[in-house]
Amino acid sequence: MLTVEEWKNRLECESCYDLISELFERIERSNLNAYITLCKEEALKRAEDYDRGKLKGKIAGIPVAVKDCISTKGIRTTCGSRMLENYIPPFDAYVVEKLKQEGAIIVGKTNMDEFAMGTTTETSYFGVVKNPYDESRVAGGSSGGSGACLGGNEAVLALGSDTGGSIRCPASFCGVVGLKPTYGLVSRYGLIPYANSLEQIGPMACCVRDVAILLEVIAGKDSRDSTNAGKSFKFEDKYGDYNFKIGIVEEMGGNEDVNCRFEEVVELIKSMGFRVGKVSMPSFKYALAAYYIIATGEASSNLARYDGVRYGFALDNLDSWTRYFSKVRSLGFGEEVKRRIMLGTYALSAGYYGKYYLKALKVRTLVRRDFERAFSEFDLLISPTMPALPFKIGELADPLTMYKMDVNTVPVNMGGIPALSLPVGFVRGLPVGLQIMGNHFEEEKILSFALKLENYITETI
Amino acid sequence: MLTIADVYKIAELAKIEITKEEAEKFQKELVNIVSYFNVLDEVEEDVEPTFHVLPLRNVFREDVPEESLSRDEVLANARHRENGYFKGPKIVE
Repeated sequence: MLTVEEWKNRLECESCYDLISELFERIERSNLNAYITLCKEEALKRAEDYDRGKLKGKIAGIPVAVKDCISTKGIRTTCGSRMLENYIPPFDAYVVEKLKQEGAIIVGKTNMDEFAMGTTTETSYFGVVKNPYDESRVAGGSSGGSGACLGGNEAVLALGSDTGGSIRCPASFCGVVGLKPTYGLVSRYGLIPYANSLEQIGPMACCVRDVAILLEVIAGKDSRDSTNAGKSFKFEDKYGDYNFKIGIVEEMGGNEDVNCRFEEVVELIKSMGFRVGKVSMPSFKYALAAYYIIATGEASSNLARYDGVRYGFALDNLDSWTRYFSKVRSLGFGEEVKRRIMLGTYALSAGYYGKYYLKALKVRTLVRRDFERAFSEFDLLISPTMPALPFKIGELADPLTMYKMDVNTVPVNMGGIPALSLPVGFVRGLPVGLQIMGNHFEEEKILSFALKLENYITETI
Repeated sequence: MLTIADVYKIAELAKIEITKEEAEKFQKELVNIVSYFNVLDEVEEDVEPTFHVLPLRNVFREDVPEESLSRDEVLANARHRENGYFKGPKIVE
């Protein structure tokens, strides 16, 4: 896999134009289906600019993939949906502005679950993304394309978005690093919304240091997102010899395969000299149900904007109001999106608000309190990122079974805290990810610990 | 329990036309999912809800006029438009 450092070394002896051309040849030969739209012409032009010394910045000349729910001016942005199959945004998302300012070369828009609703990228209108380690298996979701393009050497950096695990799951399944930042650290301006109070854009890469670099680029103040915290980020790795106290979350686990590797990693962490203890989070029993109520509730209201009038899928005949909207939405949305809109509509409808939505918001308070208590005792918390190894394509046919695979990742979004998935080895040739969670705005601590563990694992494997 | 009639009603509220087959499939799945949601019945009532995880209150900016998108850019993604406006379906039948 490609790191920023390796790519920069190559740029010392080869032209950026040749390297980018070679990258596109590899993508065009690939079976992974990681990209929905490629930006070859523009990317090669940027590469030429780099060779002429006209492209400057922190990630100048580095090929970056962007998840297709992030708006790119003049470049089709589909959100993995037929509804936006031909939608061309008239503006760039904040994070895309930042990529351009720092000299990045945008390779293309990556495949994803439709409107980011899924755990396997099987709900994409543009076909399933395949796992770079086994093409009969899924790459995870919803940022499956961003995970697979990194695992398959088809980009050096990638942006994903994470509402309930959508960065960490594909990072885990594709053997790469992915970080969901603290809610509010990265502007959501230009992110096509699914569930606003839960989601964040975040960096994905092949090593911890590259994730830190990309986070430095995309974090920052933006007045166009009213939930933006106005903080920037600089990774200084100031923890040096700090003796981290690590808590294992008892309520987050996995199947036998995953647990076996997880326990080995816990032993590694102990042998590195870190203090390890256990912590119980009683509210997590309710977190998954509460998450799906909040997420689908927000989705049902967010996706009301798709009316086939101002943009998106439209019919030739305008017909009458109700018939037109209902027909457009029936044809434009896929099954999972319809299911979630309907679930959210139900949970928010008269008579059920108190039973479901309000209750879910109370659970969010309990989850927050559990995290507060845990972080008063531990620096970081750990768990397996996913409870299972990458699934066979088509293996998870029942929606509720699929939802339950998010059990380890959703509490993080409920608490608004940052969490990173780090590849920690393989079981039967398939990657396993370790989830490292930190307190609000303690990305530095997570990255610092992840960097140490990454080095140690590379040395011991 | 959530019935087929409920599913049609929800679809109508959500403005999504569904077929009979879809209604039957969604009914089974939604019953299954909603019964899982009932785990929340155990949660104590006496807790403040968290609408938002950040302690942010009304965020204001200066009201300064700035350049916005042009009319052509705004209309560029619309299939139906007339005289520089979006054209929508009839509201009164």
